[in-house]
Amino acid sequence: MGPLVINEIISENTNLLLAFFIGIGFGFVLEQGGFSSSRKLAGVFYGYDTVVLKVFFTGAITASLGLLFMSLFGWIDLNLVYINETYLTSAILGGIIMGAGFIMGGYCPGTSFCGAAIGKIDAIIFIIGLFIGVFIFAEGYPLWEGVFKANFMGSPRISEFFNISEGLFALMLIIVAVMMFWGAEWAEKKFPREEY
Amino acid sequence: MSKIKKSNYMNPYLAGILLGLVVIAANFISGRSVGASGAIKSAIVAGVETVAPAHAETATFYKEFNEGHTGNPLNSWLVYQMLGVILGGFLSGVLSHRLTWKVEHNPRITSRTRLIFAMAGGILFGLGSQFGRGCTSGSALSGMAVLSLGGFISMMAIFGTAFALAYFFRKLWI
Repeated sequence: MGPLVINEIISENTNLLLAFFIGIGFGFVLEQGGFSSSRKLAGVFYGYDTVVLKVFFTGAITASLGLLFMSLFGWIDLNLVYINETYLTSAILGGIIMGAGFIMGGYCPGTSFCGAAIGKIDAIIFIIGLFIGVFIFAEGYPLWEGVFKANFMGSPRISEFFNISEGLFALMLIIVAVMMFWGAEWAEKKFPREEY
Repeated sequence: MSKIKKSNYMNPYLAGILLGLVVIAANFISGRSVGASGAIKSAIVAGVETVAPAHAETATFYKEFNEGHTGNPLNSWLVYQMLGVILGGFLSGVLSHRLTWKVEHNPRITSRTRLIFAMAGGILFGLGSQFGRGCTSGSALSGMAVLSLGGFISMMAIFGTAFALAYFFRKLWI
């Protein structure tokens, strides 16, 4: 059955329309969870507010578990779903640059649009920065094209990489997530901060 | 009564489950998942093609982009999705009475400092998202949902670096 557009159950135009509604759901949930606030987002790195960790990991385990069950029931063919490509060097390099941007700017791209949507001026400035950053990458591309394409590993799943079943990996992910939730609840009590 | 004032946000675990359902819906409908930085890339390509078409035809980045895309770069899944994100965030803000123009910053720093670091952080995140082929949404969250190795690497590199640097930028936040 799924993915609907790949199995031609819906048209490409319907797919683009539904992208808009998926975006509404995505933005709504992020804002309701508190991701429109840089104070709450940065809180995870100091322990006073760990909403990022809780929402992000609950989302990741819900999605991975849900997709595995849907695949088991024959509702979705996971071989047709897009799996991100892994270019080891640039994935690590990009992650490091993004991590620095995260702690300085207090937002990531998706959350900055949520912040801007409710009037956060710092989020709007962050978004202007995003455009500048992407433009710098585009214009300087010949300089780092080699690094960008180095160490291509295909599109492996992490379960394939460790040679274990997807279900076992999902279980391990859930156990790690629950342990982190426990640590997060502890940290919020230990490092409380007044809101501003 | 706790001495720490709390805003009225959704329970984070409930928000996480709903977020997971959004990611599942995106995979079920479109065979892909949510993202954000890809829409900015589309906007940059569209902008450069409009302002400097000759440059866009010769520079490698835009040529490679157009090898993988046909038609207007703005007519893309992620662009429509990001328009939805803005509307969804706005609707949530309306519902929870959070619409206000403000520079959110720690009272120990000026709003000017906050904005300078927001700009610097945005530039770095924009640049890094291109190296990482996606940001926290498109690479880390969406990647982890389909158990992509790259998704887990992105997640660990982003959060690991931010944790490692947190001490140096603590004055911004605490």
